[in-house]
Amino acid sequence: MVSVRERAAAVAAEVRDPEMPMLTLADLGVLRDVQVDGDTVVASITPTYSGCPAMATMRDDLVHRLTDAGFARVEVRVVLSPAWSSDWITEHGRAALRAAGLSPPGPAPRSSGPVPLTLGPARRALTCPLCGSSRTEPVSEFGATACKALYRCADCLEPFDHVKEI
Amino acid sequence: MNDSVYDGLLGGDSSQWAFGTDFEDPLAGVDTSVPAGIDAAELAAYCLMLGDDTLVLSQRLSEWCSRAPELEEDIALANMALDLLGQARLLLARAAAADPACVPSLPAGSPVPDEDALAFFRDAGQFRNVRMAEVPNGDFAHVVVRLLLFSNARLAILSRLRDSADAVLAAVAAKGVKELTYHRDWAGRWFVTCAQGTEESRRRLIDALGMLWPLYDELFAAHPVERSLAAAGAGVDPETVRAEADVVLDQVFAVADVPRPPLVGVRGRTGRDGLHTEALSLMLAEMQVVARAHPSGRW
Repeated sequence: MVSVRERAAAVAAEVRDPEMPMLTLADLGVLRDVQVDGDTVVASITPTYSGCPAMATMRDDLVHRLTDAGFARVEVRVVLSPAWSSDWITEHGRAALRAAGLSPPGPAPRSSGPVPLTLGPARRALTCPLCGSSRTEPVSEFGATACKALYRCADCLEPFDHVKEI
Repeated sequence: MNDSVYDGLLGGDSSQWAFGTDFEDPLAGVDTSVPAGIDAAELAAYCLMLGDDTLVLSQRLSEWCSRAPELEEDIALANMALDLLGQARLLLARAAAADPACVPSLPAGSPVPDEDALAFFRDAGQFRNVRMAEVPNGDFAHVVVRLLLFSNARLAILSRLRDSADAVLAAVAAKGVKELTYHRDWAGRWFVTCAQGTEESRRRLIDALGMLWPLYDELFAAHPVERSLAAAGAGVDPETVRAEADVVLDQVFAVADVPRPPLVGVRGRTGRDGLHTEALSLMLAEMQVVARAHPSGRW
């Protein structure tokens, strides 16, 4: 017997990220919690970046998917702490990123105390998601969305997006 | 046949509409009660200081859109503007939640959220940002130097603010540190590139540093509100992070082989007191004109 909360959580988990639609909100790690309180589903989400313009769309997509699934009242809350980390992208999500031609993030830096400066080019051991070559080079640490850096492959010469470590 | 051309477009799947364009509370469901021992009005004033810094600098970075020397750098500047705008939104919303009296009053029934009322319906004299954030843009070297000086100082403040007694400020800082780390690295790399590039790029970099350096000291000049919040465990006294920030800046200067300019201090009232350059009024006029023309507008 599936509980109401489990059914609501399953519906919410399948909502897709508007900017990286190969990922569900659960894959991306932004869906933090789903609870049922009386006749209200309370879903909690956290922003990837402070200015993430997809937050409002995620909220509305959650409301509409859950409403369409028969839940009468849906409330979406924001959770700010702990701050989202790219480490929260699931293995399933990483595979989906690779399948879509994106490079998944490596381990996020852990920092407490003063943040070290990096003046050299970002050193990541990346594999080209298109041809598998390890000869890749960064083009820019800022890409098409806040969460991505832009790389190019020195073998197949194709550019590709890399989801940044934060 | 459908009665309306829009009927049937979505195949009954209402989630396909772009519903996410309306306003929402960026702190929906977040506990915004003011911790014991912290003055709510002071907390709001402190949030406005930090939030105005990032709002105003975000607007200046947005002005670069379509004007950077390369598409990649144009995108980088827009990304940084977006990060700073996001931080500003949370900080202004936190200010409004802590002390609703700081929010300008709008016509009854206006749908403008509090953080937007603060951003679009205050005059220059009510802004509390440092002047480093507001001075007009110059060339590419200018935005590199401005971002290096600002993000380095802000990173030192945010890394300590992660332990703020105010949970909202601590959360904004924790995320801000991750974002500002990328901003400072970008600015540091370009600082070195310009300094070690051509004679012309080095000349422009040193000119930009000369223009912005007189505003550097203000980044660390503590306002009484900052001292008070720091004493209460909710804020950071910028004077206490100066040495830490200087160490990093000296690393960049050393690699770039650029001499550190002599210290120029700030005397008297500053941006934190509402004293600004003429440039802020002109910038705000452009930024605020549409919102002010339609105080009850729905977007």
